[in-house]
Amino acid sequence: MAAVKLRINGKDQVADVDPNTPLLWVLRDTLGLVGTKFGCGMALCGACTVLANGAPIRACSTTAASVSGQDIRTIEGLAPSESKLHPLQEAWIEHDVPQCGYCQAGQLMAAAALLERTPKPTDADIDTALAGHLCRCGTYQRIRAAIHTAAGKIAKGGVR
Amino acid sequence: MNARQDLGTSADASLRELMLDIEAGTASAPMHVVRLDRRSFLKLTGLAGGGLMLAFSYGPQAQAAVSKSDLSPNAFVRISTSGKIFILSKGPEIGQGIKTAFPLIIAEELDAKWSDVVVEQAPVNPAVFGRQSAGGSRSIPDSWDQLRKAGAVARSMLISLAAAKWKVPAAECTAGNSVVSHGKRNLGYGAIAALSATLNVPVPKPEEVKLKDRKDWKLLGGSFTGVDNRKVVTGAPLFGIDQVLPGMKYAVYEKCPAVGGKVRSANLDEVKKLSGVRDAFVIEGNGKTTEIMPGVAIVADSTWAAFEARKALRVDWDESNASKDSWRDLAGRAKALAGKPTGDKVLGTTGTPDAALAGAAKQVTAFYTYPFVSHAPLEPQNCTAWSHDGIVEFWAPTQTADRALQTVSEALGVPVDKVKINQTRAGGGFGRRLMNDYMCEAGAIAQRYSAPVKMVWTREQDMAHDFFRAGGFHSLTGGIDAAGKLVAWRDHFITFSQDGNGPSSGADWSPTLFPGENVPNFQLSHTLLPLKTPTGPWRAPRSCSIAWVIQSFIHELAAAGGRDHRDFLLEVMGEPRALAGGFHTGRAADVIKLATEKAGWGRKLPEGHGLGLAFHYSHAGHFAEVAEVSVDKDKRIKLLRMVVAGDIGPIVNMSGAKNQCEGGVVDGFSTMLGLEITMENGRIEQSNFHQYPLLRMASHPAVEVHFIQSDHPPTGVGEPALPPVAPAICNAIYAATGHRVRTLPLTKEGFSAA
Repeated sequence: MAAVKLRINGKDQVADVDPNTPLLWVLRDTLGLVGTKFGCGMALCGACTVLANGAPIRACSTTAASVSGQDIRTIEGLAPSESKLHPLQEAWIEHDVPQCGYCQAGQLMAAAALLERTPKPTDADIDTALAGHLCRCGTYQRIRAAIHTAAGKIAKGGVR
Repeated sequence: MNARQDLGTSADASLRELMLDIEAGTASAPMHVVRLDRRSFLKLTGLAGGGLMLAFSYGPQAQAAVSKSDLSPNAFVRISTSGKIFILSKGPEIGQGIKTAFPLIIAEELDAKWSDVVVEQAPVNPAVFGRQSAGGSRSIPDSWDQLRKAGAVARSMLISLAAAKWKVPAAECTAGNSVVSHGKRNLGYGAIAALSATLNVPVPKPEEVKLKDRKDWKLLGGSFTGVDNRKVVTGAPLFGIDQVLPGMKYAVYEKCPAVGGKVRSANLDEVKKLSGVRDAFVIEGNGKTTEIMPGVAIVADSTWAAFEARKALRVDWDESNASKDSWRDLAGRAKALAGKPTGDKVLGTTGTPDAALAGAAKQVTAFYTYPFVSHAPLEPQNCTAWSHDGIVEFWAPTQTADRALQTVSEALGVPVDKVKINQTRAGGGFGRRLMNDYMCEAGAIAQRYSAPVKMVWTREQDMAHDFFRAGGFHSLTGGIDAAGKLVAWRDHFITFSQDGNGPSSGADWSPTLFPGENVPNFQLSHTLLPLKTPTGPWRAPRSCSIAWVIQSFIHELAAAGGRDHRDFLLEVMGEPRALAGGFHTGRAADVIKLATEKAGWGRKLPEGHGLGLAFHYSHAGHFAEVAEVSVDKDKRIKLLRMVVAGDIGPIVNMSGAKNQCEGGVVDGFSTMLGLEITMENGRIEQSNFHQYPLLRMASHPAVEVHFIQSDHPPTGVGEPALPPVAPAICNAIYAATGHRVRTLPLTKEGFSAA
């Protein structure tokens, strides 16, 4: 065990864990942030995606120690405030994207990273950015539509 | 369908019984009485007065809002004086959207404004709520009347209270948008709830309340977004795996990779010394795959510590009775039987199939093969269990919360009234969570540990210990007459049996099912190959595989006769009439016509493109689908568009219903394109998504959904859109290339996603 310093959703935290523990389990079991999901444990499904300094990473296959000092953003930190959702979250609700919903946190974080660097993505941009994400329920059509809607909201001055 | 008396006592037999129950929509756990009025509720729960609120004290939100002056006409509805309307959704939410659909049905009859409604998950108590399972696409049809009456009783009471306050006849009052009106006077539901503290009106009997005419519906048929969407997109705890209890520990449970193996010995002392490990012990189990198979439990301080300890665990398995199943061997044996026109057991014969085939103008023979597949829900099996205060309590993402009461009671040796189940959202079901083996395992671990325990399976365990969709083989012969009309059909179905008592769960077919009653000369027979690998219901059980065979072969016969597939299929349907199991050829013809019309059937297509049609009736839903594909010279296939036409009666929630169809198409395509489970020496050869490549974003088709909202009673839509997908795509491949696909997945015949 060791004290691993992590900056999660703008808040500095210290987790007393084996430094080789994947970030996923530190988030879920140690810090109680269960929005980030366990799907495969091998970086194959994308359910555990969080942002590290703005870039999507697979929390199941990234040790906590390796992202110490980086700015980690999880699904719990995607909305700008309690009362205001991220345009992607709004679009996800409007398009009624989720079925079971289990993959959606990872999809949303990947989409957030995409819109940060590509504010007006094409279908091909979306397919590439979300290629590492499985949706077992098959909500891909709605995910793609929701990302386009969110891009439009941001272009019109929505909070990113 | 199968005779229940032949079921026997094996784990597979209990699964086959479960499937029959699910499909019949009949009760399983103790739930004989479903009365919704106040008196019955009190009698059943043994509660009085404020106890009526018990059903609503489940969620913290509801608990905080409970007030003595709230109006609660039955277990489903509570109207607070603030005007908030709390509605309990009784069944498991597994991604099929029922937590939104159930309350909509109640709210419609209640004449509630949807924005006033707060939905909570009901506690598991089938004596109060009736069926609390999600399977067989039965949630809507089995609960439709019950939920409508629950809403109507509440509406009737609200009107009676307002009428009493105004001293006018109730018949002169109307309700709408959470308001009761009489002339120019209005009272909101919240204000009426406050009246209920001082005014006394009887709770009407459910059978006496008048239900709304369809033309007066204001909510049903509209598009509503999921009631938990906000929680999903903000990462709030919702799923089974998200449960956290004070002092909770984390567990894994390791079973033999070949089903049926027992623990001879394990390095428990070494494992117990590992960092973060609290305990490790052997569980003998009861030998039932649906309950507890032998294995080793490890309890640790975190999921990761438990997973790491599992890697260090060494078990010496006694495999003397374990599965030695080999897919290669079984497929070889099936192929050797291909030339036999009739199998070991004839299940049904109509007319004289042999003579009709001999006399047919054209005869077509074909051998179809489809693989085992896994459910692979994205949330791996998991359950939190806590043995405390003389009870065992569960937090479980199960599809059969009601039935689980009985299952865990028997498996753990705990009286059923000492079992408490809290149903959580499930990260996908697809039939996997109809079985509650993971609940029994978690319960068995919790019984040996002093704190709450969350057991989580690794992805590898989830893929290894599934109840797989059975693979199968069909040796088919069909005949058409000189006019190109289908006159004979003979199917030798080579399938599997676990116990010699008939086909394995989900691996059977019946001569009363299509096309058994649509072909004048027909025979269905089967040969059973022995199998130990567990099988079970997978989204649209049986239909999910066999519709591909039937609807592909119909197209083969149409092509052999030089017929247009649509015309041929409509001819096979024949005159509009009701056949066995709710199948109606007129409804079939209507969706076939609609799908082909919307898809532009018969239009000229670019080189390498094709349209393919398929129809299937299952789970009370009539669905026709037309696929448009492109196939290049390297056999790279793109599913450009899928047009879905369905008749499931009136739609409850249009957004949810379309979402299920869109998902069904993606699931069907994903599975037929590249998914298969194989086993050797009893071991499943695929372990994770690199070997089980679910469809990804870039390959998803454009899905277009059209419903015929007939006046037939509404039925479910989680399953019936899936079965036509694979045959529609294969028929489109034939139209594009002239190549007939007879082996799935498509990758076996050299196809890949473009």
